[in-house]
Amino acid sequence: MEEVKPQLLKITFDGIEVEVEPGTTIMQAARKIAEADDSQGHLVPPAMCYYKPLTASGGKCRACLVKVSAGSAKDPRPMPKLVPSCITQVQDGMVVENTTNQAVLDTRKSIVEFLLINHPLDCPICDQAGECHLQDFAFEHGSAKTRYEEERRTFDKIDIGPYVQLHMTRCILCYRCVYTADQITNKRVHGVMNRGDASEISTYIEKAIDNDFSGNVIDVCPVGALTDKTFRFKNRVWFSKPEDAHRDCDKCCGKTTVWYRGDEVIRVTARKNTWGEVNDFICNTCRFEKKQTSDWVLEGPTKVKRSSVISANKYRKDLVAKPDFALKLAASQFKNIDDSRPYVTDEDTIRHQSIENNDKANHRSLAANNN
Amino acid sequence: MARKILTEHINVPGIETFDVYRKQGGYTAVEKAIKTMTPEEVVEEAKKSGVRGRGGAGFPMGMKWGFLAKPEGVPRYLVCNADESEPGTFKDHHLMKCIPHLLIEGMIISSFALGANKSFIYVRGELMYVIRILEKAIAEAKAQGFLGKNILGSGYDLELVVQPGGGAYICGEETALLESLEGKRGNPRNKPPFPAVKGLYQSPTVVNNVESISNMPWIINNGGDAYATIGIGRSTGTKLISASGHIQKPGVYEIELGVSVEEFLNSDEYCGGIRKGHHLKALVAGGSSVPILPANLIMKTAAGEDRLMTYESLSDGGFATGTMLGSGGFIVFDETACIVRNTWNFSRFYHHESCGQCSPCREGTGWMEKVLHRIEHGHGSMHDIDLLVDISKKIEGNTICPLGDAAAWPVASAIRHFRDEFVWHITNPQEATAPGAVYMGEMALV
Repeated sequence: MEEVKPQLLKITFDGIEVEVEPGTTIMQAARKIAEADDSQGHLVPPAMCYYKPLTASGGKCRACLVKVSAGSAKDPRPMPKLVPSCITQVQDGMVVENTTNQAVLDTRKSIVEFLLINHPLDCPICDQAGECHLQDFAFEHGSAKTRYEEERRTFDKIDIGPYVQLHMTRCILCYRCVYTADQITNKRVHGVMNRGDASEISTYIEKAIDNDFSGNVIDVCPVGALTDKTFRFKNRVWFSKPEDAHRDCDKCCGKTTVWYRGDEVIRVTARKNTWGEVNDFICNTCRFEKKQTSDWVLEGPTKVKRSSVISANKYRKDLVAKPDFALKLAASQFKNIDDSRPYVTDEDTIRHQSIENNDKANHRSLAANNN
Repeated sequence: MARKILTEHINVPGIETFDVYRKQGGYTAVEKAIKTMTPEEVVEEAKKSGVRGRGGAGFPMGMKWGFLAKPEGVPRYLVCNADESEPGTFKDHHLMKCIPHLLIEGMIISSFALGANKSFIYVRGELMYVIRILEKAIAEAKAQGFLGKNILGSGYDLELVVQPGGGAYICGEETALLESLEGKRGNPRNKPPFPAVKGLYQSPTVVNNVESISNMPWIINNGGDAYATIGIGRSTGTKLISASGHIQKPGVYEIELGVSVEEFLNSDEYCGGIRKGHHLKALVAGGSSVPILPANLIMKTAAGEDRLMTYESLSDGGFATGTMLGSGGFIVFDETACIVRNTWNFSRFYHHESCGQCSPCREGTGWMEKVLHRIEHGHGSMHDIDLLVDISKKIEGNTICPLGDAAAWPVASAIRHFRDEFVWHITNPQEATAPGAVYMGEMALV
């Protein structure tokens, strides 16, 4: 007898057909499209709260809302409301509109606005800047001006444990850290208190988080609310050089990314995939205590998403090896700039200059560090 | 006198005790249902009656029961939503306080119909004394063999649990209620899956309002068809209306659906008219979440027909000129009420009660409240009005649960129908912020 394979479901996402297994979410289907064809990366809905390795995450930030213009082949009626793509499962014959639907884009713009209402504009002093999901999200979908005139909510900084600092003012309440604490550590002393926009991530009476995997909440945080106390204010991420590394660890997989400034290891994080998600969580020993090159077996430079400021094109050896590809890449980046936004002119200029200047500046800073 | 289904015996002395309630014909419906009917027949009667959910959404109860998944070996639950917290609604409180056995009888019949062996009544945490009344009534019913193991010798078991609520408006949303009942933080769940498939403890669950369930004894005694003859069209049966505000006789009234708004407002049987020397300015027909309507639109629809107290008539004209019956919180404003202040007050409530889980509601409700506060206190500017409309549009439909919609509708509708009053507040801040100052329409601008 032939083995019965699960029937693949065919869906149309922004005009692109893709076949996925039953139980896949719209977000995963979109990511599948992007993984098959690198140039379609911009089609994937942004995720601020959804985090694939964490069960039950998603559905909260509403950044990934999409329009389902046909529910399924059997019932082709459109869904009345926009649906969160991260938790909505596909059905055979579903037609999804993301970047092709103006209502979706308008809603996304308003979600940026809502998220930024109570988010401080302290990116210049925030350690997350450069690898911040909210920064990317706002850059891509936000508007340059705010309509919010009122006071923003603020909180005092709290030390939760010896390694992690919580700066609640920056939090967008994605609940990722709560799920992390719940699912990958065995002592959950971490949750949400209060209600509405006064909600607060808290460890209840500021009890220290004390277990071997608590440091992972730093990696899952999409913003700079949870930061590594051993790294705070040490360096901008785009001036540091990430290298994949591993070590034998009896607690975790030991696979990490080690971030260098010159020859000095300034921080260690778990490895993130294309979507900024950690699949292999690491222990606190690897993260906070192993800060010597001799602790690690280096595997080579980390692949950094080319749109990321971390790369600034300088760690991508493949770009140097293939100049044509680099040119094409640069051209595609210029094309993506939205001319309707007022600050684009400056941005444009900066981008033009940046390729040369950035390299020079980086060389200078690296040279200074090396001396 | 109009027919009464729920409140017929509510004024009988001692009706809160089992004996008096039994003497008034109580628990005969349980006997009839359990001894002579199958669960499917009971569900069929509920479907025939056309009774619609009385908690606000107005979804047909029988149809909801029909959606309940029935996998083998998995328990099913019935949860009664008695977390009545909507500003302007106080009917369930009245019903449970005065005639607790009616709800319990309804719960037994409904649980039997759904095949639930454990059912919950989730009562608003502030109503501790009502919880005690219910618990006493449950103990009485249990002592008489109407609850517990082997009810009336039929082999059907039912345990009824009263659970005090978590003290939040959001726990009245059905999935947040289930989370709270499970002992977690009362955050609404993403749907699907709906509670009918995965509800309490991941088992199929039906959540119904107190008033919906309390209709069941009458429906079983008299038949679903008899119930369907009351009311107009798809709005069948009677409805409890919590009337409050600037009227002669505030209180809870049971009406046959189909009474005209004008009759309900002005007849001596019900509200008894606006307080003396004043006239109607605006009306919220179904609790604070539904759109507010000005006097002319609440009495007549846009087409010029009399507005009736039914689900269809009140929502005639959509949100442009209509509203909703909602949970029946009938709030009346005369000309001394300030719409801006009232809208701010509603908005403040939703800001305070937003659970904070999804971004549009968490941030948007606070933003609207702050802008309204500014306008009310004389610091508004003209673009604030359009800003409010825009924020409300961005919240509506984009949230996990209906609290976002409920926060957006009152603001959007107040601006839709009373824009001139907002403008007056902004252009005349000194007059508008003077104590007791109220916008009087055209006259005030002279």
